[in-house]
Amino acid sequence: MKGLTPESVINLTPNVWTEPFWAAAAEHRLVVPRCTSCGTHRMPPTPFCWRCRHQDVEWEEHDGRGTLYSFTVVRHAVIPDVRDALPLIAGIVELPNTEGCRLVGNIVDCEPEAVRIGLGVTTDWYDVREGETVPVFRLA
Amino acid sequence: MSPSNSTGELTMKDKTAIAGVGSTPYYKRGESMPQMPMELAAKALLAACDDAGLTIDDIDGLALYSMGFDTSLFAQWLNIPELRFTALLSGGGGGAAGSVGLAAAAIVSGQATCVASIMTLQQAASRFGASFAPRGKPGAVYSAPPSPEGNFIQPSGLMGPGQMFAVLAQRHMYQYGTQREHFAEVAISTRANAIRRNTSLMKEPLTLDQYFDARMISEPLCLFDFCLECDGAVAVITVSAARAKDLKQKPVYVAASANGGAGRWGQAITWMGMPDEYFASSGHRTVAQRAYEMAGITAADVDVALLYDHFTPMVIMQLEDYGFCPIGEGGRFVADGNIRWPSGSIPVNTHGGNLSEAYIIGMTHVKEAVEQIRGTAVNQVEGAEVALATGGPASIPVSNLILHS
Repeated sequence: MKGLTPESVINLTPNVWTEPFWAAAAEHRLVVPRCTSCGTHRMPPTPFCWRCRHQDVEWEEHDGRGTLYSFTVVRHAVIPDVRDALPLIAGIVELPNTEGCRLVGNIVDCEPEAVRIGLGVTTDWYDVREGETVPVFRLA
Repeated sequence: MSPSNSTGELTMKDKTAIAGVGSTPYYKRGESMPQMPMELAAKALLAACDDAGLTIDDIDGLALYSMGFDTSLFAQWLNIPELRFTALLSGGGGGAAGSVGLAAAAIVSGQATCVASIMTLQQAASRFGASFAPRGKPGAVYSAPPSPEGNFIQPSGLMGPGQMFAVLAQRHMYQYGTQREHFAEVAISTRANAIRRNTSLMKEPLTLDQYFDARMISEPLCLFDFCLECDGAVAVITVSAARAKDLKQKPVYVAASANGGAGRWGQAITWMGMPDEYFASSGHRTVAQRAYEMAGITAADVDVALLYDHFTPMVIMQLEDYGFCPIGEGGRFVADGNIRWPSGSIPVNTHGGNLSEAYIIGMTHVKEAVEQIRGTAVNQVEGAEVALATGGPASIPVSNLILHS
């Protein structure tokens, strides 16, 4: 894949609420937590439903098809570790039917000039290291 | 109806005034060394005391914001006789203007009588541009440790505030047709104000060609859309309105101040989950409304606006959120010359702002608001009676301050 944030700056530190997301990611599955009380999805996974303040969630599989909500093309390295990886495209992707849940990740294998808000994307997976996988996106 | 009617005695409107302001010189990043940050803070407060006709013996409160202020060391060094109120607004730079509101709250509630709000900054190694890079990496001195929430952002390569606000700017362009020329007008008009002031770090005019020739940092933002990286300190002293009348300077009354934000503005650029309704905004809509209600005014009453300008698009979004133009019209509003001093309908950042005078995390905006109301500003708005200063866009809280003569 082209356009990946260097693995040296990625360090996942899951907690009890986010661990199921990352465990599924390691299996290249996208799951989104959904409130068992009111059915509202929430991302990132948090201890409380923002709508009804209930805590329990069920993990719903998502096909990873979404819409590019916004993005930036990073052209300048704020730390030396990312210098050789530039340009990086950081995309904000909205998942349909999730009350506006968004994922943030690299848009890969794509020229910066081709990226437009509103384009459809699919989710792919970047295996950073054993047990640590993060979502990335491709223009559909 | 003014809020003093609706809330009875429970308002701080007009009960306090800013009596003194002071600052150190402003320096390019690292050039204030070997002075220490708290040494800069003390120099700024001594200057503010001198401006007000007060001494350190009069100071009995500190109302602060953001990180890095060592209250105990500061009090010990300067031998402040008795501190009766020391408080810090939560959050970061969003608290700038609101720290004066905190000072006013301390005075109105009888806890202290003479309260200083101070920002001191020294960005030698601690560069804010890598605020969200992994701590410990070369170049990431001032940064957060990895967090469960940050895990959902940082792998994208977003590691600095400018990259993150670029995402909001991109969305604003998409939703409303805002153009890079509009961002350029913010940078160019602010520079035009700065070059008339000897305090400014940027001393040459900025042209549209220079703007478009500048290197891209994080699209759509180029070098000139970013504020400066500076050292320096600014202090502001607030007292009761009655006491201010007996001091050296013309009182500058605190008409209103608000801090906070809508809950789901939240962590803002470090979660990117804000509702679509105000994703491409400054996060200021709620505090703007509260301050206007407290002061009993509208945007039409504001004579000069000192808007926190870490990144040019966020000035445009604040112009919308403070009601100087409709939501989505900010780009065209600036393109029409509305923020130019002295001719525009609402001159903005007459001091040169964070972009071109100095970035002291928003406290230069408060200082300029005071000087405008005193009538002593270098780029004076003729007859200015009401000034607005803001802190942030940032995560909650964002804040503001309305001053009047």
